[in-house]
Amino acid sequence: MKSCVLMAHVPDTASVIKVSGAGDRIDEADIKWIVSPYDEYALEEAIRLKEARGGAVTVLTYGPERAQQGLRECLARGADAAVHVKGVERTFADALAIARVLAAAIRKVGPFDIFFAGIKGVGSDNSLVAAMVAEFLDIPHVAGVVKLEIGDGKVTAHREIEGGTEVVEAPVPCVVTAHKGLNEPRYPSLKGIMASKKVAIQALSVADLGLDEAALAGAEAGCRWKALALPPAKSGGTILKGEEDPAAAARELARLLREQAKAI
Amino acid sequence: MAGILVFIEQRNGSVRKASLEALSEARRLAAGPGLPVSAVLVGHGIGAKAAELGSYGAGKVFLADEERLGRYSAEGYTAAVRAAVEKCGPVAVFMAATALGRDLSGRVAARLGWGCLADVVGVQIEGGAVVATRPVYSGKALAAADGAGKPVVVTLRPNVFPAEAGEGKAEVEALPQVGGDIRAVVKEILAKEGAELDVAEADVIVSGGRGIKGPENFALIRELAKLLGAAVGASRAVVDAGWIDHAHQVGQTGKVVSPSLYIACGISGAIQHLAGMSSSKLIVAINKDPEAPIFKVADYGIVGDLFQVVPAFVDEVRKLKAEA
Repeated sequence: MKSCVLMAHVPDTASVIKVSGAGDRIDEADIKWIVSPYDEYALEEAIRLKEARGGAVTVLTYGPERAQQGLRECLARGADAAVHVKGVERTFADALAIARVLAAAIRKVGPFDIFFAGIKGVGSDNSLVAAMVAEFLDIPHVAGVVKLEIGDGKVTAHREIEGGTEVVEAPVPCVVTAHKGLNEPRYPSLKGIMASKKVAIQALSVADLGLDEAALAGAEAGCRWKALALPPAKSGGTILKGEEDPAAAARELARLLREQAKAI
Repeated sequence: MAGILVFIEQRNGSVRKASLEALSEARRLAAGPGLPVSAVLVGHGIGAKAAELGSYGAGKVFLADEERLGRYSAEGYTAAVRAAVEKCGPVAVFMAATALGRDLSGRVAARLGWGCLADVVGVQIEGGAVVATRPVYSGKALAAADGAGKPVVVTLRPNVFPAEAGEGKAEVEALPQVGGDIRAVVKEILAKEGAELDVAEADVIVSGGRGIKGPENFALIRELAKLLGAAVGASRAVVDAGWIDHAHQVGQTGKVVSPSLYIACGISGAIQHLAGMSSSKLIVAINKDPEAPIFKVADYGIVGDLFQVVPAFVDEVRKLKAEA
């Protein structure tokens, strides 16, 4: 089966986030960029599918120059091909624009039998792009999958919901988004890293897809960030010493929560 | 006049609390500029619930009651929501940011050609358009975002906006039968054993981290959680160690939560964990390391051995509950 993995290149989850001078996005100065952790599960599932059934894995991303590093990493882990739609990021954080670009890229470089993505990119945290791509391609999607079986022309997916699991059946092609628990992603091997360097990444511009990036970020935009701020810093918590008399500290904490905070 | 349409989620015929929160917030927002608030209820055999939504602020309820909508499907529900949008032409569609709402919202927004403001914790109307505050980078920053001059889908984080019942009965209008394919079909719903409260929906969360030393000691966390009617949360370290299921994980690669009370036991407070819980209204930390980062975000805390402090705290809470 030919599979396509949608990859988001995001700040490392250990990054400290600062606001840029313009006040509407992050300061990228000290940011290390990574393949979004949930996309690792998506890629792993696609590679396992290839190992079991044959076929090939293509990784697709839309982003600035630096997103190439993420594609290289996916190749090193076992993807066969990579497609980079280069953008100037005026559509930054707008899931609708990103999905329009990815759907157009898929129409150009596809067809594929199945699509994988992480349940969310750990960045603008929209958790929307995969379902939007499915809608634009007019195919079904299943989100938040923790177990996947691929049968003849269909998938059976277990998807996490509050307090349980939904078992969903969908025909292929479809979009599956991966949740933690789906698999254990492998690390890139040395052989994989060497081999990945020989793969040419297919570079496309938004204009190559017949789209106008300025319009995507303007009249056709789905959302825009007006301002970005850090959450108010907390200070002055009441921290009790409980090393010597834990019972007394516990009693005082219970009293404070009841009388002062009115929380219990 | 263009108002707000609220998608109402039900499971087995019960309307979800998070949907009533979204509806209540829509009513509060609409009251100022005098906008109409409508709701759309989708499912099978749920008609009796429709008129009751009036007490939470819906003037009109669009009802899609069909056998094939009995179980959730993104495709079927998207068609129903679009039918309601075509009837009332809203400036915004609100949904609860539950597993279902977050799944449905992308599909609905793309079908309408709108954007979506996901998992918002604050929402306002400015100049006739919705402006929302949403945590990004898992809560390390807050973005003020809008629909870029168009109507927009908004998903509201559960437990952030109060649900307020009042007076009123809604006018119910049945939607014509929803067309289109439903290709992804729910075959079965497997309930988790013990049907534990989910951290994403809980008003109180008691979490355990590496400091609890072993999976068997989650019993201590569960005891306190049960006493407080709380959900059990966990740090990534203990989920990765296999001590508890991932559904309990709070943090950047788990769930991002905003309960009224969050009690962290034996959690040092890695940046990814803090990102997932620091918007909680009240944070309590119990940890033996006075330098643990969790104390920097805590409103109250105890530096001490959780194996002594937590049982003593359980006793104290039990006493307070007995007095009350």
